[in-house]
Amino acid sequence: MEIPYTATARPDTGLYNGKLGIWLFLASEVMLFGALFSSYILLRVGAPVWPHGSELLNVPLATINTVVLISSSVTMVMSWASLMMKDFSKYRMYMGFTILLSFVFLVIKYFEYTSKFSHDIFPSTSTFYAIYFTMTGLHGLHVIGGIVVNAYLWGPGNKMWKSDPQRFTNRVEIAGLYWHFVDLVWIFLFPVLYLL
Amino acid sequence: MSERTKKGSGGEGTGAESAPVHHDDHHHEASFWRTYVFSTDHKVIGIQYGVTALLFLLFGFTLMMLMRWQLAYPGQAFPLQWLADLLGPDRMPDGIMLPEFYNQLGAMHGTIMVFLGVVPLAVGAFGNYVMPLQIGAPDMAFPKLNMASYWVYFAGGVTMLVSFFVPGGAANSGWTSYAPLSVIATTGQTVWLLGMVLLITSSLLGSVNFIVTIIQLRAEGLTFMRLPFFVWAQFVTSFLLLLAFPPLEAAGVLQLMDRLAGTSFFLPSGLVVSGVPLDVAGGGSPLLWQHLFWFLAHPEVYVLILPAMGIVAEVIANNTRKPLWGYKSIVYATVFLGFMSFIVWAHHMFLTGMGTTISTFFQTTTMIISVPSIVILTALLLSLWGGSIRFNTPMLFALSFLPMFGIGGLTGLPLGLAPPDIHLHDTYYVIGHFHYVVAPGTLMALFAGVYYWYPKVTGRTMNESLGKIHFWGSFIFLNGVFMPMFIQGLAGVSRRLYDGGQIYAHAQEVLYLNEVMSVSSWLLGLAQIPFIINFFMSVRKGKKAEANHWQATTLDWSATTSPPLAHGNFETVPHVHRGPYEYSVPGAKRDFLPQDQRAEA
Repeated sequence: MEIPYTATARPDTGLYNGKLGIWLFLASEVMLFGALFSSYILLRVGAPVWPHGSELLNVPLATINTVVLISSSVTMVMSWASLMMKDFSKYRMYMGFTILLSFVFLVIKYFEYTSKFSHDIFPSTSTFYAIYFTMTGLHGLHVIGGIVVNAYLWGPGNKMWKSDPQRFTNRVEIAGLYWHFVDLVWIFLFPVLYLL
Repeated sequence: MSERTKKGSGGEGTGAESAPVHHDDHHHEASFWRTYVFSTDHKVIGIQYGVTALLFLLFGFTLMMLMRWQLAYPGQAFPLQWLADLLGPDRMPDGIMLPEFYNQLGAMHGTIMVFLGVVPLAVGAFGNYVMPLQIGAPDMAFPKLNMASYWVYFAGGVTMLVSFFVPGGAANSGWTSYAPLSVIATTGQTVWLLGMVLLITSSLLGSVNFIVTIIQLRAEGLTFMRLPFFVWAQFVTSFLLLLAFPPLEAAGVLQLMDRLAGTSFFLPSGLVVSGVPLDVAGGGSPLLWQHLFWFLAHPEVYVLILPAMGIVAEVIANNTRKPLWGYKSIVYATVFLGFMSFIVWAHHMFLTGMGTTISTFFQTTTMIISVPSIVILTALLLSLWGGSIRFNTPMLFALSFLPMFGIGGLTGLPLGLAPPDIHLHDTYYVIGHFHYVVAPGTLMALFAGVYYWYPKVTGRTMNESLGKIHFWGSFIFLNGVFMPMFIQGLAGVSRRLYDGGQIYAHAQEVLYLNEVMSVSSWLLGLAQIPFIINFFMSVRKGKKAEANHWQATTLDWSATTSPPLAHGNFETVPHVHRGPYEYSVPGAKRDFLPQDQRAEA
């Protein structure tokens, strides 16, 4: 017996299973990062002095990274829109751009991290650096997770476009929802850690 | 695998079709491994969860029985020489339990019982097996995620067991792992944190799956207000797991950073350990850990209790042959309970020096959250009124849940108010309180569930006589273990004492109770033997069960065989025509009207 609504929407909820699933998953992710942001607030208000992120961290690099990540969200939407318009080669191009931009983000992050390490700055240096490394590190893991999923959909996973285009388009949509969330977390992280 | 096969049957069979129709080519080739070990069928996964969780319950209980020796006879050699030898001189030199080992037992008893025993049994086993059947679904919405959820749970369990063998032994900072002690504890704490991350991941996968399944895969005609209460309980429970666990995951990550990367999230400045100042940056907050921990752990209490209430509601409606009293009130109360459980957590922290404004807020919310619990309990109690009750084994267990949970809940009220909590905090009273909720409460309900759904799972019934011996033994000795804790706690005996309070003058009057509790716990262990025999023997020797063995109204009984079909559960997709508990309807031919039965002419 087939599991219903794997690809098509259930009439009364208007959702297919995967879409509801990813929204619930993102809700739990909100709680995960919400807890970390709350911890940040609690530690900061409890501290006698708290440094300004802009004096310790590399704001220009982080600004570039913000642009990179927002652009990757745009290309992600374009890749999904291309599939909706049945243009598979454009999908490949835009998804390729998304993956490329995610790598650019990680490379820039790598340079930020290593320049800190080379100045003997580690998570153990201070509470500010502890929360900086922990939150951006966890966000970085989410970026890597997104790259794995997107690379699968770009490469081996795209066979499904031939066998079941509707489900494949859904998968790209779901991956996109996740990717926008990862983007959104960075949009919160950037001002909180680098600017405030 | 069924999700991948493209068969356009849609399940709209005529009823004359027989079971083999639903087997397609793939299933004939399913290997032993795919069928029994790495299965994606929710029923197999439910059984895997159930057996694993029962084993962990037994293991966690064994840890406690060991601790009870030390509490009753502190400093005396353990009488079972071979066991002391087995545990070795690092833990029990000359048969005498070391304090370090006692702490490990305490921390791991709590962890194993909550995260590896009760929740996986209540949600992983019963939820997985029964919920899709009750909503008329062929499987869970994401069968592969379901399998992943079990195996990640399994890995988490193995990690926890392995932690006993790392240098310094298992985690020994209590199941609450309060900082800063947990941050400077032995390696076992790191393994504990890794195990918790796995268990949290598992419950995340499970809860997404449960919610999607309940929203998306309900059979035609099964509106939300026609759902059996068990499904509602699982629904709200899944939301709690989904939203309350991530903050603990965050806390776990922060504590791992503290332990491995040398950060000071939970380490305040100027911390001195054994006379030596700790070489860390400092500036952290030990209270932060408590906030993050209890933000999970209070909703977790309702994760433990709600599925149990769901089971009890099913068994009571079935065995009183009456509709549940106030079905809608129970449902609304449950949803309200779910919301409220997120804003009561700091009532665990009244003694941390919080201001009166905050403590007033949390006292108020705590008093408010007791209302829906009482609504549910009262409705279940009133459901008994005027019923001609069938006192079978599941019903005995379900009935005992009502007063036991009642005691557990009512003894919680003084703890929810700051003034009495100052006296009772961290005493045996607290231990008694939450064990009454979880052990004589939830565990008795889970046993009711095992006896109630066993015929559905195996096609055979469990032995009633052995079941009743099991019931009375458990009921009496559970009370023997936990009732004296209230007395000790009111006298001021603290929890987590290695010697059971022997060195305290104020504990002398109530010290004799340690022996009462310990002997009760060992007899409680003996009382589980009939259950274990019954559980395994009945698989082959039990009486054959009919499809609808208890003459129940819900789809799990009325629309499937016992056990249900291996793939897809139902011969035809059930259509639901009425609410879940249409028992003893005036004018009906039988005393129950199944949900999927068309109106009688």
